[in-house]
Order: sequence, then C-alpha cells, then structure tokens
Amino acid sequence: MKLVIGIVRPEKANDVLESLYRADVRGISISRVQGHGGELERVETYRGTTVQMGLSDKVRFEIAVSDDFVEPTVAALCEGGRTGEVGDGKIFVLPLEQAVRIRTGDVDTGAVTPVDK
Amino acid sequence: MSAPVLGAVAGIDTGDTAWMLVATALVLMMTPALGLFYAGLVRSKNTLNTFMMSAGAIAVAAVTWAAIGYSLAFDGDGSLVGGLGHAFLNGVDLAPREGTTIPELVFFCFQATFCIITVALISGAVVERMRFGAFLVFAALWSVLVYAVLAHWAFGGGWLQAGGTLDFAGGIPVEMGSGFSALAAALVVGARRDYGRQALLPHNAMYVLLGAGLLWFGWFGFNGGSGFSTGDPSVLAFTNTLLCPACTLLVWFALDLARGRKVTAIGAATAIIVGCVAITPAGGFISPGWAMALGALAALPSYAVIVWRTRTRVDETLDVLAAHGTAGLFGILFIGFFAEAAWNGVSDGLLYGNAAQLGHQALAVLVTPAYAFVVTFVLLKLVSLAMPLRVDERQEAVGMDVTQHGEEAYVTGEGAILISTEAGEEMARPVADVG
Repeated sequence: MKLVIGIVRPEKANDVLESLYRADVRGISISRVQGHGGELERVETYRGTTVQMGLSDKVRFEIAVSDDFVEPTVAALCEGGRTGEVGDGKIFVLPLEQAVRIRTGDVDTGAVTPVDK
Repeated sequence: MSAPVLGAVAGIDTGDTAWMLVATALVLMMTPALGLFYAGLVRSKNTLNTFMMSAGAIAVAAVTWAAIGYSLAFDGDGSLVGGLGHAFLNGVDLAPREGTTIPELVFFCFQATFCIITVALISGAVVERMRFGAFLVFAALWSVLVYAVLAHWAFGGGWLQAGGTLDFAGGIPVEMGSGFSALAAALVVGARRDYGRQALLPHNAMYVLLGAGLLWFGWFGFNGGSGFSTGDPSVLAFTNTLLCPACTLLVWFALDLARGRKVTAIGAATAIIVGCVAITPAGGFISPGWAMALGALAALPSYAVIVWRTRTRVDETLDVLAAHGTAGLFGILFIGFFAEAAWNGVSDGLLYGNAAQLGHQALAVLVTPAYAFVVTFVLLKLVSLAMPLRVDERQEAVGMDVTQHGEEAYVTGEGAILISTEAGEEMARPVADVG
C-alpha cells in the first residue's frame, strides 16, 4: 500500500484526472498549492511595480493505492501531466502504514479499493 | 466674436442637452459593466483579458468613431453609406444636430458610446483564445466597416430608415450587428481547445449579476436617450426599459424551473440582457402593455438558441447570438406587429392596420444578419492573413491574463520578488531579504 503524491500544472489537472479514470484509479484528493521547481519565473508588472513570480500555481493529487496500482497510477500521472517543458511537476511514492474507510471501518487494501471492484 | 455659448445657440434646448449628457455617460458605463458580466462568465485565468477586450473596445472605437465612423454613419443621407464631410470631427460643433435640440458634439458622443459597446459585445464570441492585439485590429476595422454602415442604414438616413424601417435604439446596428458578427467571429477564430472536452464554467457568478445589473441601469440611458430629448418617445422608452426586462425575468424563471427544476442566477442575469435587448428597437414605438408582452415572449427564442447552441460544436462562447442577435431580431419584428401611432406618433403595425410596417421590419431582419455575418467573416479572414488570430495551445492552457497581459486577477503575491518599483532600480531588493 502506497501513497502517491503527484504535483502537476493546474492547466493539466483535467488531463490527469482523465487518465487516472481511464486507468481505473478512483479515490483521489486534490488541492491547489504553490510551488517552485526550477521553471522559468514569470515577470509581471502591476502599476510600475515589476515582480518576479517565484512560485507557480500547481495542483497536488494524493492517491492511496494498493501495491498493484502504483505503476498504473504513476503512469497515468505522467501521461496526463506531461508537456515536456520545465515545470511539469513531480511524483512521490511513499509507504503507507494504514488506511481506514470511515463509513465501513474497512482497513488497508480494503479501504483503498473502490467499492464496486 | 467669441465662441458660441451653449444655450445661446439657436435651437438648443438645455433640458434635452442635460439629459443627453447624462444618458451618454450611462451608456459609456455599460461597456465596463459588460466587461464585468463577461469576466464573470469565463474561467479565472482569463478574467483580466476578458475585461480588457471591453476596455480595448472603448480605446479603439472611440478613436475610429471620431476619425471616420461618425461621418460614415451620420454625414448626409446617402443610401448605403454616409459621406466624409464629418471625418475627424470636421464641422461637428455646438450647433444643434439636424432634427434634434442638442449640440452635435453631444449627439456625436452619445452615438460613439453605442459603437463602443457593440464592438465590446462581439468579444464575447472569442474570449479565452483570441489574441488581444488581433482583437484590437479587428475592432478598429469592424467599427467602421460594419457598425458605421449599419448605423447609417438604421439611424443616419440610409436605405432601411428611408424605406420606413423603425429601429428606436439599435436593434439593427447594435443587437443584430453584434449577434450575427459574433457567430461569424466564433466560426473563423474557432473553438477553445477544451471546448466539448471539459466543463468550462463561469468563475464568478456575482460579477455576472453585478454586470447585468449595471447594464440594465445603463440601458435607461441607451433607450431613454435614443429620443435625443426629454420628450414623449424618451419617456415611453424609459418606462418600457423597466417593464420589458422584468417580464423576461419572470418567463426565464419559469423556463429554468421547467427545464432544470431550479431558478438559476446566471439565467436571471442573461434574462435581464435579453429583455433589455428586445426592448431596444421597440422602446419608443410600442405601448407599455405590449412592451411587457414583448419581454415575456422574447425569452423563448433566446432561451431556445442558448440550449441549442451549447449542443453544437460552435463555441460562440458567451452566447452573443442568443442574447443580442436573436432578441434584437425579435424586437425588430415585434414593431411590425404592435407599433401604435397613438403612442409613437410615427407609424402603426400590422395589428393596428398597417401591414406595410411588418414588411419594412422583415426586410431589416433579412439583410442585417447577412451583412454583419458576411463582412465580419471576410474581415477576420483578412486579418488572419496578417497576424495569427489566436494564442498558441500552451498560452491558452496557461491563461490569457498571464500570457497576454503579464498580470493575474487573483494574485496573492506569495513568492513574488521585487525587481523594480517606481522608487527606482537601486531600491529593489528581494523581499525575502527583509529580516
């Protein structure tokens, strides 16, 4: 059981969701984050004040999966999120100690497997 | 002799002039209001660009109108187009405009605000992907080749007006002109890349409602000023501008209920626009009772066009055709049935025994959309030979605000590093260095 964290461009978030659904990965949390990953910074000007925007908007996916689903999930994140330019984001795979489905009390693999499977 | 003083010029009425000065300001306000309305309907990454299309319309159309548009529309009564006698405001001064009691300069300003908002309206068809520069070039050409020509036909003594077609405040040049041009623009520029693949939702419904409210407010100047006086037609149009959209709202609520079991706020904002558009051509020609009927009935075709359009591949993004083209066409035709000489002192419609009026109105409904669509289509094709009309795929994905303007509507400033300020380069230091 792993926790897959994918940080992607906001404009690619819908593509990522699409490829995740296509890979049969359900059970996703997303949040809007700001980050910096070496991409070229944008320069913006507001009434005479010019600033370099060091942080870019990103969307962070958090997906808890059983071991079999790690590869398809990572592949889907890559496929949906890639543009080829610097700033496409990162994927982190972390070991997961426990997962509990609140409604039923199912734990671990049972908790991270969609109910209709 | 010193310069003529307002009021001392023979034929000027100070009361009429005072109202027309206010009405002009009201109509100019409609363009930023439209910017707000449109900005709320797009995604947050395109907020500023969408508003800037309206700001750009003010900048470009005010200048083209002064340079040549006004002259083509209102100099002389040539059949197809006016003359060049008023180009660059030649001879436009404090003397009364022929047929009115207001200085021609006020008349010029009032008509300029109409040209401006019509140009801004078309932007609704191409937001979220059209390059800002290309839009400005298109706006300049369109304001002269389409708007000024249609305004001449409808208001300036051109062939439609001379033939008996009635258009009180712009059903022909403003509403049908923008609506059918918008359709052509959407077809030439093409759909947004995400259109039909993702839900593209309004990002701020409150902007939409606020914009619609301000548009209605401004519309009292738009219709109420189109009599160019404080006289009977203006009062009638003013009253009808209150009653007609109210009835459109009620019917729209009912249609929303019947279709989705809920009355929607963005639907209400749309209904306000549709009602105001429908009464625009008819305002000074029909009784308040018929204006209410017009408001109620005009909801139906516009609602149908919105439902139909969203099922097509035509990404006429903010439904200018449904709200303006369709409702304007409906209002123009409505005059042909229900105009009442007892109210307007000009002409009766079919219901009051004058079938010919319906023929005049039907003619306008046939030629205006055709002219607007064809000329806009060709114009944009020509512009596209000189410059790309739309941004590239990556820019469209990132958003128009950052890529076209280097700004964001909802910037937080977190992680922003100061490069330069008005205080000078030497003052600049990374904000992170503080403390």
